[in-house]
Amino acid sequence: MAITSTVSPDGNQVTIYIQGRFDFSSHQEFRGAYEKLAQAPIHYRVDLQGTSYLDSSALGMLLLLRDYAGGEQSNIQIVNCAPDVKKILLISNFEQLFDIQ
Amino acid sequence: MNDVRRLKILVADDTDTDRLILESIVRKEGHHVVSACNGLEAIQVYSAEKPDIVLLDALMPELDGFGAARKIKELAGDELVPIIFLTSLSDTESLVQCLDAGGDDFLSKPYNRIILQAKIKSFNRMREMHSTMLTQRNQIVQYNNRLLQEQTVAKHVFDNVAHSGCLNASNVRYFLSSLAVFNGDVLVAAMRPNGSMMVLLGDFTGHGLPAAIGAMPLASTFYGMVSKGFSMTDILREINGKLKNILPVGIFCCATMMDINFRKKRLKIWNGGLPDCFVYHHQEGNITPVKSTHLPLGVLSNRAFKDNCEYFELQKEDRIFVWSDGIHEARNADGDMFGEERLKAVFSRNSNPELLFNDIIESVQQFVGSGEKDDDLSLLEIRMDEPARVNSFAKEASDKFGNSEIEWTMGFEVKPTSFKVFDPLPMLLNVLMEVPSLRAFSSTLYTILAELYTNALEHGVLKLDSELKKTPDGFSDYYELREQRINQVTEGFVRINISHKTNENGGLLKVRIEDSGDGFDHQQRSTDNLTSFGYSGRGIALVEKLCGTVTYLGCGNIVEVAFSWVSDD
Repeated sequence: MAITSTVSPDGNQVTIYIQGRFDFSSHQEFRGAYEKLAQAPIHYRVDLQGTSYLDSSALGMLLLLRDYAGGEQSNIQIVNCAPDVKKILLISNFEQLFDIQ
Repeated sequence: MNDVRRLKILVADDTDTDRLILESIVRKEGHHVVSACNGLEAIQVYSAEKPDIVLLDALMPELDGFGAARKIKELAGDELVPIIFLTSLSDTESLVQCLDAGGDDFLSKPYNRIILQAKIKSFNRMREMHSTMLTQRNQIVQYNNRLLQEQTVAKHVFDNVAHSGCLNASNVRYFLSSLAVFNGDVLVAAMRPNGSMMVLLGDFTGHGLPAAIGAMPLASTFYGMVSKGFSMTDILREINGKLKNILPVGIFCCATMMDINFRKKRLKIWNGGLPDCFVYHHQEGNITPVKSTHLPLGVLSNRAFKDNCEYFELQKEDRIFVWSDGIHEARNADGDMFGEERLKAVFSRNSNPELLFNDIIESVQQFVGSGEKDDDLSLLEIRMDEPARVNSFAKEASDKFGNSEIEWTMGFEVKPTSFKVFDPLPMLLNVLMEVPSLRAFSSTLYTILAELYTNALEHGVLKLDSELKKTPDGFSDYYELREQRINQVTEGFVRINISHKTNENGGLLKVRIEDSGDGFDHQQRSTDNLTSFGYSGRGIALVEKLCGTVTYLGCGNIVEVAFSWVSDD
């Protein structure tokens, strides 16, 4: 499992990529990907293209990100979900909290 | 003499002086001479000595030159033995007679040494050319024979693989004709363990050997998976992936695959690139076309591959007709194609469904007449019948698996020393995936097992409190503590019990997980915390959504769920 991130040139958008399984073992890395930025971005994108599986602790981590990014005011997109991953997000009603593409 | 090797030359002349003169000319040229005094002797010497070139006097006793020439040419067979007539005759008719008798040229007496020498050279060149041609022809014949023989053996293997299974069942009729020894069309059929019949008709691009090669992996995958009870969609995906991997771009397989359940009287069908198949309704006497809604096999990667199928309820005596485009594209002498309208006309003209199959073939053959065939031509008819009458294996399979239930349970315990190093989930999932029908639910089953096991381990064995996860820092603390405790754990267990039972429509998978922990007050548990916005507590709610209910037993250290699945075939 590997988490990488890229920041747009103006520093306003960060994209976090999660490879493999997204579960508790990745929570330090995941937090690091958005907490250690020089400038707090406005837009967040979580790219799940390479994510094979996501468990309930990953849901918790996404909520941590949401609160960090401003809670109700946050601007977070979750993109490129595989069908199985999307199913878990939808069962948990996360489309009400995130912009799931 | 330099460029002509030493030849053996037969000189036949009844006049001694003429013969001696000729012999000496020829000998001086460095050739080896054999002689004869009349036609019969010439034939004898020819047979004994096999000379390269024959010089034959036209008029001789016993047998004249013309008769001798005919006999020598006959004896020579395919070999070119140039015969030059020696003659004092000069009238046109005689000279023509020399050539008619098989002579290749003539030389007038008295002999001109230079011309004789030139003719020997020239005929020797021709002889050598002829001999090279013969050798090459024989090689080609030999290669061709070997090729045909190899193809015949390969075809035998191919037919065993590509046209076998239960194609001889009483309710199946098929017709396959090919342009070459090999057929670019592949037809496979087999019975599933549940007694339904699976059939695939495929048409590879091109024909002959290149087209037939793809049929081998297709057929072996098909037979391997059908007999193990895999679903049609699994088999289609596997074949698609395999063909995509091995076939060059541009070669692919248009195919229709069907699963005919005789017990439920149901047809499941997938058509990728073949012409519309027809479902013939016996009662109404009409047809429903099944259009191709997919790309052929071997084109898309498995990620993009679509496996959604169409379903039809069938009555007894209903028939399914599937064909390759060889029927639609059969051309008559004028170059017109048979086409779908003519095919539909065959159906509307027909009054006895039993004869439909032959009607179609006859119509196409009559239409084509002396026209050229330019594609492999295949036709398949499957009749809806009582399962018991389909064939003995279907009955056996149906009796054995179809109506009875398969049931098993497994128990698995994780001990303290294993918690840190061993994740039981992949192994458990592997076991479940041995049940082909459960494959479609792999990610759901994984989620169920993972959430329940995580809870049992973290709250039961490691006694971690999810209250910790209320704040972002607490979330991190929780997992730090988890790390610490899992390294130190010396006692406790998680017991996993899985039982599975099939029924008429699918099956029921029960999972029971017990941990060594203190449990919790499960009477007070709220049923749905998916809507609460804390950072934790979603695991069980997820499982609840997937399974319907989650039941706690004992002091809350035992959890039970039941996952009920419905088979799609």
